[in-house]
Amino acid sequence: MRRKTSEESPDGSLDWPAAIHRALKSHGVRQVSYVPDAGHKRLIELCHADRSMAAVPLTTEEEGIGLAAGAWLGGERAALLLQSSGVGNCINALTLSSNCGFPLLMLVTLRGEWGEFNPWQIPMGQATPEALRLGGVHALRLEQAGDAFDTVTAAAKLAFGGYGAVAVLIAQRMIGAKAFEEKR
Amino acid sequence: MSGAKLDRRSVVRALLERRGDLLVVAGLGSSAWDCTAAGDHPLTFPLWGAMGSACMIGLGLAIAQARRRVLVVTGDGEMLMGLGSLATIAVQRPGNLAIVVLDNERYGETGMQKTHTAYGTDLAAIATACGFAKAEIVRSASQIAGVRAGIHRGKGPLFYQVKVASDPDPLVLPPRDGAYLKHRFREALLGKSSAAD
Repeated sequence: MRRKTSEESPDGSLDWPAAIHRALKSHGVRQVSYVPDAGHKRLIELCHADRSMAAVPLTTEEEGIGLAAGAWLGGERAALLLQSSGVGNCINALTLSSNCGFPLLMLVTLRGEWGEFNPWQIPMGQATPEALRLGGVHALRLEQAGDAFDTVTAAAKLAFGGYGAVAVLIAQRMIGAKAFEEKR
Repeated sequence: MSGAKLDRRSVVRALLERRGDLLVVAGLGSSAWDCTAAGDHPLTFPLWGAMGSACMIGLGLAIAQARRRVLVVTGDGEMLMGLGSLATIAVQRPGNLAIVVLDNERYGETGMQKTHTAYGTDLAAIATACGFAKAEIVRSASQIAGVRAGIHRGKGPLFYQVKVASDPDPLVLPPRDGAYLKHRFREALLGKSSAAD
């Protein structure tokens, strides 16, 4: 029988945001910045509730790249939560990773790839893997909720151990496509 | 007093002399050259790109080093590209962070085109509206001592928009290898062991 974890809901589904939060904590991430996405809702709440973390709402995603660089200069680790629509906003700021070797850990919820109802999300969503590659960001895909801890752990090791920019792309299929009929 | 605007090199030299344990982030272009002219220092992180990021780097540093004073020195063009960061900083309310914008109302590295401040954009008013603890426009040399006091002892986040002349200064360039700039900053702040992190 499979062992129950603290990240399993009563209905048996995995609380993957809690698994990601645990992975971030285990790697000493102290500053978590974000531009919200419905898929990041619970993780954002967990970070705000965690007194060992500064949760930093951003006005635009590239702010989080500067924040992560400053955190590292000061001896702390940071992570950036965003949706794929915001990846394009980050491109020029990625020079901080390319030129300086600042670690950067991005957790990107994907839109526009699986049952997307909003056509305006599709261009940036589908261009996200290639845009990240062009910006020098190594991307790992997260497709299954049960892999959340391991994938974010692997990404954190690559980012902080390898002094590089790493993104975890969280599949829209895993989060569930948003529909207008659903409130929020 | 004449209407002469402040000299940016003199302002920065006055702000950075006897700097104590101040941590400095310098925005790209003339602000970085000004900081270098005042004395290249391992605890100054000068930017050569990533325009619009200077204040956010300052915020990440201020959160990580809550017991140290952090100063961002940047230009009006660089600040305009990252205006949202003023709202982001005000939400965090870092008591140890000060921002000095050297406002010559020009994009100095690209042909001296007018910036929005030349047309009246009031950066200090924006910082005030975002919720900065203090934000003011500095026009006279007599105010510089107060800026120094704010940087070293004031309750942040603080914002000073210093109106400076647009006369060209000689180039005084910092090292431009970003990895080197990062390593020397971390080693000076965190010690040699930081290289093993």
